[in-house]
Amino acid sequence: MSVETATVAERQPILSVRDLKVHFKVKHDKGWLPSTRTLKAVDGISFDLYAGETLGIVGESGCGKSTLSRGILNLIPATGGEIVWLGRELHKAGAKEWQAVRREVQMIFQDPLASLDPRMTVAQIIAEPLHTHYPELGKDEVMRRVRVMMQRVGLTEQQINRYPHEFSGGQCQRIGIARALILQPKLIICDEPVSALDVSIQAQIINLLKELQQEMGLALIFIAHDLAVVKHISDRILVMYLGREMELAEKHALYDQPKHPYTKALLSAIPIPDPELERKKTIQILQGDLPSPIDPPSGCVFRTRCPQAQPLCAEQQPQLRVVNARTQVSCLLATSEQVA
Amino acid sequence: MTLLRVNNLGVDFATHDGLVSAVNGVSFELDRGQTLGIVGESGSGKSQTVLAMMGLLAKNGQARGEVLFEGQNLLGMSTRELNRIRGNRVAMIFQDPMTSLNPYLTVERQMTEVLELHKNMTRRAAKTRAIELLEAVKIPEAARRVDMYPHEFSGGMRQRVMIAMALLCEPEVLIADEPTTALDVTVQAQIITLMQELQRDFGTAIVMITHDLGVVAGLCDRVMVMYGGRVMEQGSAEQIFYQPTHPYTVGLLGALPRLDHDGDTLVSIPGNPPNMAHMPAGCAFCERCTLAEARCHSERPALQTLEGGILRACHKSLAEVSQLKEMSHVG
Repeated sequence: MSVETATVAERQPILSVRDLKVHFKVKHDKGWLPSTRTLKAVDGISFDLYAGETLGIVGESGCGKSTLSRGILNLIPATGGEIVWLGRELHKAGAKEWQAVRREVQMIFQDPLASLDPRMTVAQIIAEPLHTHYPELGKDEVMRRVRVMMQRVGLTEQQINRYPHEFSGGQCQRIGIARALILQPKLIICDEPVSALDVSIQAQIINLLKELQQEMGLALIFIAHDLAVVKHISDRILVMYLGREMELAEKHALYDQPKHPYTKALLSAIPIPDPELERKKTIQILQGDLPSPIDPPSGCVFRTRCPQAQPLCAEQQPQLRVVNARTQVSCLLATSEQVA
Repeated sequence: MTLLRVNNLGVDFATHDGLVSAVNGVSFELDRGQTLGIVGESGSGKSQTVLAMMGLLAKNGQARGEVLFEGQNLLGMSTRELNRIRGNRVAMIFQDPMTSLNPYLTVERQMTEVLELHKNMTRRAAKTRAIELLEAVKIPEAARRVDMYPHEFSGGMRQRVMIAMALLCEPEVLIADEPTTALDVTVQAQIITLMQELQRDFGTAIVMITHDLGVVAGLCDRVMVMYGGRVMEQGSAEQIFYQPTHPYTVGLLGALPRLDHDGDTLVSIPGNPPNMAHMPAGCAFCERCTLAEARCHSERPALQTLEGGILRACHKSLAEVSQLKEMSHVG
């Protein structure tokens, strides 16, 4: 399902994130005196999310995409910035308001087995959010909803009293999805939901998520390192590197005309499952390693590995700016669009 | 003589539930400078196949068949004879560099040990050689880094250290078990380019195990598709990707989200991965195959050679598989 561009621009976002920062204090014991330094895991991320839309967030390990997702939900407290969910300012919210928000925003995790309590049965796992958020519901009603949900995600009723270890990875992920959906949320944050699964099972889970999204009008934030998966499921995509935004664009704009040098390198590095295309293409190999987020490069964080870096890039920190109707990019060298 | 020839290799494990065979009837040949890709999902037996070849099976595992390296059968060898070949003429790269390198020893000690043992080099000469190889795999400041411990390297660098270590004795065969799975795509691209360069320079034959069909497409001459411990199909990379003849291969290709074209729904393979302790009597894939008929459940299809050197194990006709392929928008 793709959302029409025009309607997206007119509609109100359900979630607005402005300049979100998540910093950690880390002990630094080199030198004479013990000191603490700041690790900027997420450093100034802004985006809007619209109802029913899927925003993909991609980046390599250590780029801060998982920390970002936890920052949005206050599972890790944000250091700065604003989060507005359906008009409510979450960065000022208290515990009570957060509980209401968590009814509407749910999460699916990467490791399907590790995110399920091994001592609870499937029914108990899926029912738990109902017990927490709707304690007034009767036992029969809870079980009825659990059964409906199990069937919806492709689990059978006979499995209701089984324990997580009796399921395969793909089935465990279905349980995780059922648990997230039982509260009928408006947004699900999926943190690498398919990266631990085999290709054939991965396709089942992606298809299921897309179906459920269409049926329930869900918005998704889909975090993954696999750009092919993200392309398949997303409407718009945010590319992160070292805690910062590199590019935020509509799916097709991002893949057909990437603007940021990092996006270009990332896309060229993905192996294509087609011998002829794969052998013909030129890969843009990034030199060197990811810098430490404790001591990021000055100016543009990507400049130490950027093939086009100029002296200016060390001095000035680029901000995300609009280059055409479909793309925002944070690169000093990107020119605003002549022809889109 | 073929450099490496594997004949009817099988692996059995003695478990509490009785004998479980993880691999059955795997055969292939590999010549100098060639690359064979082994693809399959978890539990397909791809890792056990190569561990068996190297004599590295767990204690309760037992290999059957023949693994002929320049005509000598590796499976019948004593550990002592085997040690003269593995690490020296046949080397292996593992998936997780952190658990495959010794955390207590510097990279220098781990690398020089190999050369002292296999090549009778002095420690000093060995160190010089180790530095050369670290430079070959593009580790910056190799002369300084060689004295570091594995934890001081990043993931991509550790994988490069492991490749350098595998190449120390200029092996004729390099077996790589998911060498890039734990790495980010940009680092993966660095490592694969490196392996291609090394193959070109040293003429190494490579056995590449991976679940990533994109990696296979770029690197491999021949591809073997495994499922449930058995070979489903084997052919050239072009055959496997453009004219798959087995429903499982068709399913794998259809399930893959693609960057190069759009599609709305992925054609997933129904069902769950196989349980090795309870394999069907017939085709290993029959329970998830959309084309399966009664015979597929009762009678195991034999691996047959088709025109063009394709090997496949399937009862269904090529026309039926080709129709499935059309429906899955593969190729």
